[in-house]
Amino acid sequence: MGTIQRLGQWAIGTSERLGRGYLFLMAILAGIPGSLFRFSLVIQQIYSVGVLSVLLILISGLFVGMVLGLQGYNTLVDFGAEESLGVMVSLSLVRELGPVVSALLFAGRAGSALTAEIGLMKSTEQLSGMEMMAVDPIRRVITPRFLAGFISLPFLAAIFSAVGILGGYLVGYGLLGVDDGAFWTQMQTKTDWYDDILNGVIKSIVFGFVVTWIALFEGHDAIPTSEGVGRATTRTVVHSAFAILGLDFVLTALMFGDV
Amino acid sequence: MRQKKSTEVTVGLFVLLGMGALFFLAMKVSNLSAFNDEQGYRVTAEFENIGGLKARSPVTLAGVRIGRVERIELDPETYNANVVLNLYASFDTLPTDTAASIYTAGLLGEQYIGLEAGAEEEFLKDGDVIELTQPALVLEQVIGQFLFSKAEGDE
Repeated sequence: MGTIQRLGQWAIGTSERLGRGYLFLMAILAGIPGSLFRFSLVIQQIYSVGVLSVLLILISGLFVGMVLGLQGYNTLVDFGAEESLGVMVSLSLVRELGPVVSALLFAGRAGSALTAEIGLMKSTEQLSGMEMMAVDPIRRVITPRFLAGFISLPFLAAIFSAVGILGGYLVGYGLLGVDDGAFWTQMQTKTDWYDDILNGVIKSIVFGFVVTWIALFEGHDAIPTSEGVGRATTRTVVHSAFAILGLDFVLTALMFGDV
Repeated sequence: MRQKKSTEVTVGLFVLLGMGALFFLAMKVSNLSAFNDEQGYRVTAEFENIGGLKARSPVTLAGVRIGRVERIELDPETYNANVVLNLYASFDTLPTDTAASIYTAGLLGEQYIGLEAGAEEEFLKDGDVIELTQPALVLEQVIGQFLFSKAEGDE
C-alpha cells in the first residue's frame, strides 16, 4: 500500500511540476514583447550568459576539432581516404558535436549560474520584494535572461563548429600532412548549407530554448534554502543534459532520418 | 553608465563573432558559395537505369563541373527515369546532339553525369531533351552477362 501511495505521490508531484513549468514558460513568452522595449536588460544578460562563455567554447571547440582530426585520420588512413578528413570533421561538428557539446557546456557554465542566481533571489526574497513594489519579476528578471540564453546559444554553437573545423585543419594539415586543397574542397562538396549547417543551427536554437527554460524554472521553483538552491542547480545540469541528448535524437531522426 | 557601455561593446563583438563563425561555415565549409547556378537552364535526359544517381549529383563536361542534377522522376509510361539537369547559364553552347552517360567516380565513388559534346550547329536551350543517353553500369548485370556469355561459349 505504501509503495503504491509513493508511486501516486511521485506521479502527482511530477505532473504538478510539469504543469508549473508550462505555466512558467507561458508567463515568460507573454513577457517577451515587453522586454524587447527594454533591450538593455537583455544585452546585460547576453554579456553574462553568452560573452563570458566564449572562452570556454573556443577552447573546447578547438580541442574537440583537433581530437576529431587525429582520430579520424587514424581510421581513414587505413582505407586510403585521409583526404576525406575535412568532410568527417565538418559534418560531425556541424551536425552533432557543435550544437550538442556547446549546449552541454552552456548548461554547465551558464544554466547552473542562472539557476543559482534566481534561486538565491528567491531565497533572499528579492523576487517577492519586487512583487511588493508592483514590479513583475518575470518580466524584469526572468524574461531578459530567457531571451539572452535563447539568442546566445546559436552563436556559441556556430563559434564552436567554426573553431573545431579550424582545429581539425590544424591537426590534419599541420601535423598529419593531409592535402590542403583536398581537405577544403571535399568538405565544401559534401557539406550542405541547408541540410547540414542550417539544421545544426535549428538544433542549437531548440537547445537554447530548452536549457534556458529548465535553468530558469529550476531556479524559480527551488526550495528557498541553501540546500534547495544547491539541489536545483544540480537538477538543472542533469535535466538539461537529458533534454539535450533526448531532443538531439528526436531532431536528428526528423532531419537526417531519411538521408 | 560607463560600465554599461563596455558591456554593450563586448556583446556587440560577441554577436559579430557569432555571425562571423556562421559566415565562415557558409562560405568556407559548405557549398553555399557554389550556389550561383540558380539562374542556370534546365535540360532533361531520359535514362533506362540511373544506378545510384541522386539529386545534387554533379554534371560534368570533360571532367569540368558545369551543373548538377536537379531532380529525378520516373516516367510512368516508358518506365524510364527522367533526370532534370540544371546547367550553369555560362555554358549555353552545348550542341543539341550532346550525349549524357552516368559514370562512377572511382571504384566506390559517387555517381555523376558526364556529357559529351556533339557536332550540331544548334545549341541546347531551357526545356530541351538530351536524346543520346547511356544508362548506369550495374555491376551485377555486367557480371551476369559475363557469366552467361562464358557459359554459352563453353557449349
